[in-house]
Amino acid sequence: MDAATEGSPHWQLETAGGQNRLTLSGDWTAQRGSLPRFPADGLRAARPAAPLVFDTAPLGRWNSALVTFLWEVRQAAADAGIAFDGANLPSSANKLLGLLPPARVTQKPRRRGWFNPLAALGSWTLDSLTEVGVLTELTATTTWNGARAVLGRSRMRPVDLLANIRDAGPDSLLIVSIVNFLLGAILAFVGAVQLEKFAAGVYVADLVGIAMVREMAAVMTAIIMAGRTGGAYAARIATMLGNEEIDALTVTGIPVSSYLILPSVLALVITMPLLYLYGCLVSMVGGCVVAVAMLHVTLAGYVTQTLGAVPFSQFIFGFIKAIVFAVFIGLISCRIGLKAGRSAADVGIAATRAVVVGVVGVIAIDSLFAVIANAIGI
Amino acid sequence: MAVEAPASHSAPLLRLDGVTLAYGPKVIQKNISMDVRRGSVFAVMGGSGCGKSTVLRSMIGLLRPAAGHYRLEGVDYWAANDARRTMMAQRFGVLFQSSALWSSMTVGENVALPMQMNTRLDATSIRAQVELKLGLVGMLQAIDQYPSELSGGMKKRAGLARALALDPDILFFDEPSAGLDPITSARLDELILNLRDGLGATIIIVSHELPSLFTIADDGIYLDNVTRTPIAHGSPRYLRDHCDDPQVRAFMQRLPSNTA
Repeated sequence: MDAATEGSPHWQLETAGGQNRLTLSGDWTAQRGSLPRFPADGLRAARPAAPLVFDTAPLGRWNSALVTFLWEVRQAAADAGIAFDGANLPSSANKLLGLLPPARVTQKPRRRGWFNPLAALGSWTLDSLTEVGVLTELTATTTWNGARAVLGRSRMRPVDLLANIRDAGPDSLLIVSIVNFLLGAILAFVGAVQLEKFAAGVYVADLVGIAMVREMAAVMTAIIMAGRTGGAYAARIATMLGNEEIDALTVTGIPVSSYLILPSVLALVITMPLLYLYGCLVSMVGGCVVAVAMLHVTLAGYVTQTLGAVPFSQFIFGFIKAIVFAVFIGLISCRIGLKAGRSAADVGIAATRAVVVGVVGVIAIDSLFAVIANAIGI
Repeated sequence: MAVEAPASHSAPLLRLDGVTLAYGPKVIQKNISMDVRRGSVFAVMGGSGCGKSTVLRSMIGLLRPAAGHYRLEGVDYWAANDARRTMMAQRFGVLFQSSALWSSMTVGENVALPMQMNTRLDATSIRAQVELKLGLVGMLQAIDQYPSELSGGMKKRAGLARALALDPDILFFDEPSAGLDPITSARLDELILNLRDGLGATIIIVSHELPSLFTIADDGIYLDNVTRTPIAHGSPRYLRDHCDDPQVRAFMQRLPSNTA
């Protein structure tokens, strides 16, 4: 430390005359760089018999930086067996020193162990198995409560169900309309370019109809709902968990499954098939607009062609898919919310995870459906 | 900005001048005038729901008064520009009612963050300061723990360490002893007084915990629940023994009152 710098904090240990005198000078109020530290062996030159006294005459302004330094001095003095005489220190600094414990923490920050692939695989397997068990149990209790609700013996409040339905249904009509309309139009564009070459432009109606009814409308609606409603469910339940609201429900004897999960899942099960049908209709309108504008297909021709192309069984297939997606999104997002930690960051993590798992899961389930449909020949 | 009188040491540190606080059309407290002397422990008292915490919110700059002036060393807080206001707010240390620790950080990181964002100290110096602040409140052992792992009293002390992070000279406490047992609460009072002496800070405390108010406060204001305006000024002990208003005296003596 450079003593010549005017105003900067400085300390000096003098051991002349059989005493240990620590002189403090300058302003101890640094707001940048590093604060002065007292080395652990700083009292090596000190005389063991004499107490450590201070000279604070040249001391300027100071804040907690000085107290930190004095704390270190006091520890070094204790380690060296030298008495610490703070009589000359500012009385308020002495007061603060009196509050401080004798030693600073010596514990190191928590350190993570080495990555062990075998242990990671093991814990991953155990977590997955636990998750399967928990989800199965959650599905079972929710189904049980759903059955009781149908029989009129459940304690689910209709107002919760209606609020959830409004959020999942009417409030998401706009985004479902936009996505499905544009998707129908895009399919019609892509198909038109190819089918024009064979003078088969009118088959655009078949392409749009079958693709949307069989696959796209259900999947796209499910992806929208996973992002919109699934994320919201997970965030809401995770926040309730952090506020001890879930604990309050449990203690009050209100099962989480019938109060929170059942209305959420039921709302999606009721709205998603309807949204799917609506999405099919809107996408056909989108396809029709492109076909009429680009391919000189008449409106009546498009409608007739569509009616002939899409059999009723395809609708049933899509309808069942929409219900399965609804159950999956509802349960998985509630489960992820219930599993979240209790901090603010954990709410964000839960919402993100609910969306990611929802979207990936929906597509995975859809491919499973494709395999089944192929096997039974729909 | 109006021309202000130069700050002097005899002038009050904080002054509220005819301040009215409201959320939209709902008036919380009106016509509050009070002076907080440098180095005092000032109590904002009153029954539940009288607007004590709202007064504190306005003094730490979270709620703009609907009318009146709030001056810090003669400078009108709300007439100052943003940069000036931020500088004034850096002199405030606040212990919130629910401690308001950042839940995704450890206690040590909670205390370090204000220093990392507001000073240019290096990491070792900040670490040393964090240890000091936690040592002052007796929480050194919890430096690597998360707020969710702490008890209510520990959260308060960790919140207090965070409030001290920037060496503030004005400390605000919102119900510091709420939810604490009498012994923990008494220890916290003692700690507050020691910190006041050690840091030379001025303390404004919002509370209805009478034992702790009698111990630590040497000045104060009593806010009325019904008329929505302050009805008494003075230290809690003075109000208990000598206040003219029977309602205030009853409150301070813990007697049931028909208006309380």
